[in-house]
Amino acid sequence: MPITMGLLLALSFVVSLLALSFLIWAIATKQFALDRAHAATVFGKGGADGPDTDGTHLFDTTGIDRVSARPVRLLILGAIFWLVLGSTFGVIASLKLHWPDWLNQAAPLTFGRMRALHLNLVAYGWLSQIGIACMFWILPRIFRTPLRAPNLPVIGFWIWNIGITLGALAFAQGWTDGEEWLEFPWQLDMLLVLAGVFFVVPLVKTARAREVDHIYVTGWYFLAAMVWFPCLFFIANLPGIHYGIEEATVNWWFAHNVLGLWLTPLGVGTAYYFIPKIIGKPIYSYSLSLIGFWGLALFYSQVGIHHLIGGPVPTWVVTLSVVHSVMMFIPVIAVAINQHVTVARNLWALKESLPLRFISFGAVMYTLASFQGSIEALRSVNTITHFTHYTVGHAHLGAYAFVSIVMFGAAYHIMPRMMGRDFAHPGLIRLHFWLVVVGFAIYFFALTIGGLLQGLAMLDATRSFAESVILTKPWLEARSVGGTMMTLGHILFAINVIGILRKPRAVAQSAVAAE
Amino acid sequence: MNRYLPLVLIAFGILAFATLMLVIAPGIQMAQRSVPEGLRPYSEQESRGREQYVSLGCVYCHSQQPRSPDQAPDVERGWGRPSVAGDYVFDQPHQLGTMRTGPDLLNVGVRLPSESWHLTHLYQPRAIFGWSIMPAYPYLFEEKPEAGPEDTVVVLPEGFGPDSGVVVARQEALDLTAYLLALDRTYPVPEDALRDDGYARKESGS
Repeated sequence: MPITMGLLLALSFVVSLLALSFLIWAIATKQFALDRAHAATVFGKGGADGPDTDGTHLFDTTGIDRVSARPVRLLILGAIFWLVLGSTFGVIASLKLHWPDWLNQAAPLTFGRMRALHLNLVAYGWLSQIGIACMFWILPRIFRTPLRAPNLPVIGFWIWNIGITLGALAFAQGWTDGEEWLEFPWQLDMLLVLAGVFFVVPLVKTARAREVDHIYVTGWYFLAAMVWFPCLFFIANLPGIHYGIEEATVNWWFAHNVLGLWLTPLGVGTAYYFIPKIIGKPIYSYSLSLIGFWGLALFYSQVGIHHLIGGPVPTWVVTLSVVHSVMMFIPVIAVAINQHVTVARNLWALKESLPLRFISFGAVMYTLASFQGSIEALRSVNTITHFTHYTVGHAHLGAYAFVSIVMFGAAYHIMPRMMGRDFAHPGLIRLHFWLVVVGFAIYFFALTIGGLLQGLAMLDATRSFAESVILTKPWLEARSVGGTMMTLGHILFAINVIGILRKPRAVAQSAVAAE
Repeated sequence: MNRYLPLVLIAFGILAFATLMLVIAPGIQMAQRSVPEGLRPYSEQESRGREQYVSLGCVYCHSQQPRSPDQAPDVERGWGRPSVAGDYVFDQPHQLGTMRTGPDLLNVGVRLPSESWHLTHLYQPRAIFGWSIMPAYPYLFEEKPEAGPEDTVVVLPEGFGPDSGVVVARQEALDLTAYLLALDRTYPVPEDALRDDGYARKESGS
């Protein structure tokens, strides 16, 4: 058996290397023939039409946006609702770790339920939904054709949100599948799968009806994610086939791929669209984006078992995930060069566009989160950080500082263009930015330092376990401060978005007339 | 990158390959191993207790996977020998955990074998450890003026109980405690047991 496993391991390397060689060959012989003209697909038919900064391009001249507007508006509103609720649960869970006797009267209030509600609501209610909103906004634009079957995503929106609501209520009452990232009962998860059909069908129809030959890089990420996530979610939720340690490997295969093959493509794809669009210049090296995309697909899909390092799983599968985690440096550096160089050459745009501040900050955090993740997967590092709050800090660097903050920027960019008017309170946007950035910095450094100290204490046999708990308390308190600031930022975000939606119609029409 | 179908087919193929490597292959390998002789299925009460453990989210702070002495001092802390894949064949859903905000519990029934201790600790952890940040679970218990003949009374130090009357354990607390006491993987492991040996030192010969 070990020989068979060794062969599988070798096979994995060979396949990865073959794929990479194929990629290099394809680029060298111009099989993909990506050039700046393709990179300019992001702009309208006439090529680069100048920067798309605050206060510009508020009127839809192509007729594309007004079709996508209804589902996108609903999805953004739904996402923000779960963001505010989910982050409130996050703050409550955080406070409970240093006020253990607070809010303890009933089982739905206990830490274990609050923490998992936080995770599921922000992962499926907020991040997934805002990401789907970005898909519905961006894909018709890069395909230069209006969204097909625009009523389906509206139905999908309601099924998705009913699924999340029922899942959260069921979980709060103690009905759970009992695995991290998969807590919602699978019967209710099937509602999310059904909703997914209503989201995927119109987007695939739009892709097939596109009026531009080339699929822009954002489209690769989005179209692939639309295949990956439904497969992952469906297989992981299938009842009755997973048990024992096999279930644990399914759990982490799923959970890390939710980040790698769902939230990351949503965030990276969104950034790949908005950065050049807002600046008005194509990204730095379009060919490089191929390495970023296929590298992500090949390497990210196999990193999940690094969550079980030192655990009761075969050594080879852990090693496989560790190696792939380190290989992630390749796609991440490719994306980093592309996105950061484009922004760095156009720093003026950060002054002109508030959304770009969020998006480029988030893009930098993607680089950092991935580097940190690759290093954290090394056995020597993992032995300290595994089982500690350090991991929670890392998870938030990826899911929050990267994906969420990119999505804040995307929403701030989309809303004025969808409504044909600007935000009433740009000051609140600035305040939102600084609250979440400073709040997150406090959050991240508190958990990183506290987690490292906790991990070192647990490894030292001469120190009692109690010591590893006691020393984290001040860091957990600091995390609550940071988390509260982030949640306040989300409330400002909600106020601003509701404000732009509720502005009287008369004002909107005069803005259109002025155009 | 101008065609829809090749793009999604290759993307799907890559995911299928990853599933083969991370799920199917190790699944086949582990399914071939025998169940350890000392491991027994959970009793009905222990299973009910396990459901409490799962639904209250104990897994978010407690792991159930002691590490090898080559990696960490888990054995010295009394958490038990390094666990192997076969230790979990009756566990559904698995509760391996990813955090040690609290200690590992795979062998807590051996380390802390007193039902009375667990009931007190579940009712109010700080009645035993002042430094503990574990939630209290008062809703698994009820206060009564006096205990009936069937009741299990919770022993509480001065200042932690009600002003008058007694605290008795509800069935949920008794079930959960029965599960915790059943957590015992101290039996010897089979020769072909599987676990991550990535930290094994050279001289130990694996």
